[in-house]
Amino acid sequence: MKLYEHQAKGIFSKYHIPVPEGSLITKAGDAMEIAEKLGDVVIKAQVTAGGRGKAGGIATASGPEDAETAAQRILGMSIKGLPVKKVLIEQYRKPQKEMYLGITIDRKARRPIIMASTQGGVDIEEIARSSPEKITRMHIHPLTGVHDYQARMIAYQLDKENSLTIYDVIKKLYRVFDDHDCILAEINPLALTAQGIVALDAKMVIDDNALFRQEFGEEESVSLEYLAKKSGMSYVGLDGNIGCIVNGAGLAMATLDMIKQYGGEPADFMDVRAGANEEQVRTALRIVSSNVNVKAIVVNIFGGLTKCDEVARAIVDVISEIKVPLVVRLAGTNEQEGRKMLEKYGLITVSSTEEAAMEVVKLGDSHR
Amino acid sequence: MGILIDNHTRLLVQGITGREGSLQAKQMKDFGTNIVGGVTPGKDGQEIHGIPVFDSVKEAMDDTNPNASVIFVPPRFAADAIFESIDGGIELIVAITEGIPVHDMMRVCAYLENSSSQLIGPNCPGITTPGGSKIGIMPNPIHLAGNVGLVSRSGTLTYEIIDLLSGNGIGQSTSVGIGGDQVIGTSFVDILELFESDTKTDVIVLVGEIGGTAEEDSIDFMKQMRKPVIAYIVGVSAPPGKTMGHAGAIVSTGSGTALEKIKAFERAGITIGRSPKDIVLKLTNILKK
Repeated sequence: MKLYEHQAKGIFSKYHIPVPEGSLITKAGDAMEIAEKLGDVVIKAQVTAGGRGKAGGIATASGPEDAETAAQRILGMSIKGLPVKKVLIEQYRKPQKEMYLGITIDRKARRPIIMASTQGGVDIEEIARSSPEKITRMHIHPLTGVHDYQARMIAYQLDKENSLTIYDVIKKLYRVFDDHDCILAEINPLALTAQGIVALDAKMVIDDNALFRQEFGEEESVSLEYLAKKSGMSYVGLDGNIGCIVNGAGLAMATLDMIKQYGGEPADFMDVRAGANEEQVRTALRIVSSNVNVKAIVVNIFGGLTKCDEVARAIVDVISEIKVPLVVRLAGTNEQEGRKMLEKYGLITVSSTEEAAMEVVKLGDSHR
Repeated sequence: MGILIDNHTRLLVQGITGREGSLQAKQMKDFGTNIVGGVTPGKDGQEIHGIPVFDSVKEAMDDTNPNASVIFVPPRFAADAIFESIDGGIELIVAITEGIPVHDMMRVCAYLENSSSQLIGPNCPGITTPGGSKIGIMPNPIHLAGNVGLVSRSGTLTYEIIDLLSGNGIGQSTSVGIGGDQVIGTSFVDILELFESDTKTDVIVLVGEIGGTAEEDSIDFMKQMRKPVIAYIVGVSAPPGKTMGHAGAIVSTGSGTALEKIKAFERAGITIGRSPKDIVLKLTNILKK
């Protein structure tokens, strides 16, 4: 789960990582009073999508009227389909130098990794590609955390003159990363300004598996992705017209690949997970069929932990709500019971993923 | 006799009194696995399908001397269960649990480095040696004994492929699911090494997915293997993965797409299966020679 910038900055403040003074508003009218207090300000759209700046979601303003106009404009816009409902107004700090500091997980090393560069800002990805030597990387032992010497080495490399403050930021950012089950905690840019070192932006991505022990209050905007995640499943919307419901990410991807091989276009990736139960399958069918582009749906289940008769029962429960044809493939645990149930309702059942893909593409074509 | 498990495997089931633990213990027992005990704190003295239950791994060790354990403990307690097995000196630990926080797994994997235990998973279907033993949740009826070694990052897709192989008369020496999480205990290379030196395995099928570089990382080893490998990579139709901000793009040198992985394999001269059916076709050709 991605946190909003203002949430991440709130957490940074609690850990005494310096951030610009600012407020969160939902009404443009509130911008004036804040700008009066802060002087020159930056107004930043609060959405979790990347590329806010390029989409026009960030503006600087001098004076209260200017701030209100900018807030008005940004609050009315949508960025990558997400409506901007809140903006963060912050005191403007002119960066003299922009650095990059991020902590993420190196899957191969199975450890956290700190990355730092003296050349932060929007072009960091380009720098990573073209001159990887400009990025310092350091693995952290997960049982000890960042050693003092490691933080010191990175701080010296970033800015020797301000190394004490940066050292402190590194140690604190690791605590943020560790305490909040982050898969990413990032400051880009970490800026040197006339008033010292400050985190001008803040990004935190939380491990979805750890949400049972993390609480962030405000949730992402309600989307099909979010509804699926709340039910312990994983949904990604795609551009095609064939709805897909599969248990297990690998089998789901294989199913999508085969649909494409047969000339179809998947409308979604929906993994109900290996242990899906009745309730989850019902929810999945509702989510997938709520996409108006969907012309046919394939349900592909290889039961292991999941029981095919439970899946069949779920399908029978919601079949009256679904207006498009359905192809069901059931294999594994309680396969026979499941199939019998579906055949009673005249539903098409097949025995392999390959067949399922072929059938559903045919149905999608004839239903156009 | 395949890899990792055999007739000497003495299995402990952690989380045996839970719904899945109990059900799967029964399935494994039916398959022929020698389950010597189960662990659920507070349930000492009970019996599940005739298997004695203990409060702790330590007590189970003292009484039943297992050399492998399988974990069906819910995500929030799973890391602790793995630590308990490592401290108990269990040689092979198979974690089935899906949804363990990745920070927990980084700590577990760091702890494993100074132990003699090997961890398979988490978020994996386990290990099956047809005609021998099974640890995990792969459905019992799909397997057939033979000489194909299978290693996969997936769960249900692994069943699909095993089922298709068996249906076409192609048996397996051992099938291993290494797990789909970001941080896992055993890599493709670890398993490929075991298959390479296993006398019962002649050909290997590797099933990979998008994300990370686990597939690419195994190429160097595959190039020097004597036994042929057929690789199947799923996710060709997946949209470019959601990037984890800048750091995600920086940490992986490749973008982790299926096409990139397939290209890397083809450059290295490794046979690619385009679909499960295509795997069967190519396997049949290799096995004929």
